[in-house]
Amino acid sequence: MLKLYGKYFSIHLKSVMQYKASFFITMTGNFLTQFSVFLGLLFMFQRFHRVKDFSFQEVILCYGVLLLGFQTAQMFASGFKVFDSMIANGQFDRILTRPRNEIFQVLASRIDFVRLGGMLQGLVMFVYGIAQAGVDWTALRVLTLCFMVIGGVVVFSSIFLLDGAFAFFTLEGLEFMNVFSYGASEHGKYPLSIYGKGMLTFCTFVVPYALFQYYPLLFLLGRSDNLWFVFLPLVSCWFVVPCWLVWRLGVHKYKSTGS
Amino acid sequence: MKKYLSFFKLRFAMSLQYRVAALAGVVCQFFWGAMAILAFYAFYETDPASFPMDFQATATYIWLQQGLLAMLALYGGTDAKVFESIQNGNIVYELCRPVSIYSMWFANNLANRLARALLRLIPVVAVASLLPAPFGLMAPPDIATGLLFILSLMLALWVVAAFTLVVYNVTFFTISDRGVRLVSVSLSDFLMGAVVPLPFFPDGFRQFAELLPFSCMENVPLRVYSGDLAGPEMVRAILLQVFWAFALVLIGKLLERKALKRVVVQGG
Amino acid sequence: MIEVSHLRKTFRVARRDPGFKNAVKALFRREYEEIHALDGISFSIGEGEMVGYIGPNGAGKSSTIKVLSGVLTPDSGVCRVDGRVPWKERVKHVAQIGVVFGQRSQLWWDVPVIDSFELLKDIYKIPEAAYRKNVDELTQLLDLSQLLRTPTRQLSLGQRMRCEIAASLLHSPKILFLDEPTIGLDAVSKLAVRDFVKKINREQKTTVILTTHDMQDIEALASRVILIGKGRILLDGTLDDIRRGGEQIDETIAHLYKKYDI
Repeated sequence: MLKLYGKYFSIHLKSVMQYKASFFITMTGNFLTQFSVFLGLLFMFQRFHRVKDFSFQEVILCYGVLLLGFQTAQMFASGFKVFDSMIANGQFDRILTRPRNEIFQVLASRIDFVRLGGMLQGLVMFVYGIAQAGVDWTALRVLTLCFMVIGGVVVFSSIFLLDGAFAFFTLEGLEFMNVFSYGASEHGKYPLSIYGKGMLTFCTFVVPYALFQYYPLLFLLGRSDNLWFVFLPLVSCWFVVPCWLVWRLGVHKYKSTGS
Repeated sequence: MKKYLSFFKLRFAMSLQYRVAALAGVVCQFFWGAMAILAFYAFYETDPASFPMDFQATATYIWLQQGLLAMLALYGGTDAKVFESIQNGNIVYELCRPVSIYSMWFANNLANRLARALLRLIPVVAVASLLPAPFGLMAPPDIATGLLFILSLMLALWVVAAFTLVVYNVTFFTISDRGVRLVSVSLSDFLMGAVVPLPFFPDGFRQFAELLPFSCMENVPLRVYSGDLAGPEMVRAILLQVFWAFALVLIGKLLERKALKRVVVQGG
Repeated sequence: MIEVSHLRKTFRVARRDPGFKNAVKALFRREYEEIHALDGISFSIGEGEMVGYIGPNGAGKSSTIKVLSGVLTPDSGVCRVDGRVPWKERVKHVAQIGVVFGQRSQLWWDVPVIDSFELLKDIYKIPEAAYRKNVDELTQLLDLSQLLRTPTRQLSLGQRMRCEIAASLLHSPKILFLDEPTIGLDAVSKLAVRDFVKKINREQKTTVILTTHDMQDIEALASRVILIGKGRILLDGTLDDIRRGGEQIDETIAHLYKKYDI
């Protein structure tokens, strides 16, 4: 499976390299989009220096981790983002006539390399945050950081999976899902507690952003020594299960109606 | 003129059809607005003395921004079909019609923006004005300000449509319309005050940004509404809007003349 | 090889009268119209047969093909292909079939054709030796040697179709579904495609099911014709059975469509 994915990967890479100039312009655009969010953040902190109990460096670390996860998901799970058109142009029928798992094939059908631009922005903030946020690094904290990135990739990919699954049921109104992907990545730049109790509860129990963002961040920064917080990002990965069930339901519907 | 009015009417009716999409958009924008206001509130609570605007005026700014997103954000009214026709050369069919492409695109763009905004503005305003102070949308301080807001909003619409046409015409000269779109959207979003309102910019950079056409898109009308921008400063801002409204149309038309020459020479 | 009996499939299609008032009404109560895409279809096709499956648009052709290729689940009825129920064991089933959609490409657009083949080799888990042999044979039979290094987007329609057909045969499927394989092709390419299909049917004993609107395809390829209309099988026989003396094939078919009112 991994070897096959590698082949898909090299085909996508070759395809992109056919249009080098266009690719680099688009990637720059993607970088600038993220950079402008960062610039806004910078301006806010020049004026205020802190938000609630978090310093600029701590927020940068928080945002870097989140953006890295989000951009990775955008790059590798982008097949789900264009899934409505894959249904419309018959590409999904083709997928069903091939002897491989259909989720694997949708994932492999598109790799959006342009997102590397935004990922670069995430990476710079990530590295800056690691160096400057004043974290007392221990093996357990390094592990926590890795879990946070993994949790972000999985939760955001699950949201894209859900987004794609909705395309089985309706073609209109899918824009609504953007709140949970783009909205969450943009507003997740701040630790989620600053939005108040209600929002934190929502982001803990409904869509588990806080499990890979806020709680493990507290552990990272030494504000909490609750060991559970280290592993909460792994708990957030379970979010993929309900999304996958909706997808199964969608495939079932598709197979029985053909549309 | 009559034919451009027809384009306008046709496009307006077309855009009104997408009701479910509009509903989804409203829900999106409502969430987005709420999150943005809560984030500003966190900064406000941390250090109220450093807050450069009245908090209620900031909340009002955000709600109007969300309600008018389709009208004032660059991507709110761009038409993917135009980019397609430029890229695949179908633009030559448009050239066969007895109309000015510039005026047709301009009319279409105004119609798109107005129709989409109308569908979304009303529900956002309705809900946001019911929210408790200081989180809700406030009414303008007096009728004169309200009228000035409408004037400034119309000028802003004109400026953003004229800028959209500049972007359309720039894509004639590039190989990647997705790239040009991304760059122009992120640049204009930031400089019009869609990421952070201009009063939050550091001094120096703020004065510079205020002179650019982008500040005439969101920054001016949304701050006129709440009275944040008033007096001689407001008059200057509105005059700047008028200047850019003319200048961007001129730039767009010049670019188009050059671009179409290329199309004719290269045969699409 | 293929056993189909009493296959039924009904679609519910939302019906909405035009007008704003009806659009609002439709938000609360939808009216559905039932369309019988397959209304009790039965046939059986033996190994190595070549069958033309014809009928007007909307007759149920593509629904049948979708059921046989495991994409669509029928409401009722029995269907076994090579001993398997297609929609129950999708992955095992589709490893044994090849599908060519004339209107859509299965090759990756921006890379040389051979790269697409290499990828399909891994998707279908084709053993290296069998893959080499198949590529060599197909290259020779379809005259692909000049095309394999070219990106798909630079191929003409006829060249592309030859590569598409080769792509669907790399894994030596027992059954090949051809959906309008000659649509839009020039005369030379059409003849090449027909010759090739005939050859693999004869030599590899590949079962071929062909849907097309081009009756010359049927005339050249199919010994047996199944005519479907309004979800029912109207006729199942040889071309000679339905043909009346001295007629062009198109006239025969037009006559049949008129006779069955489809």
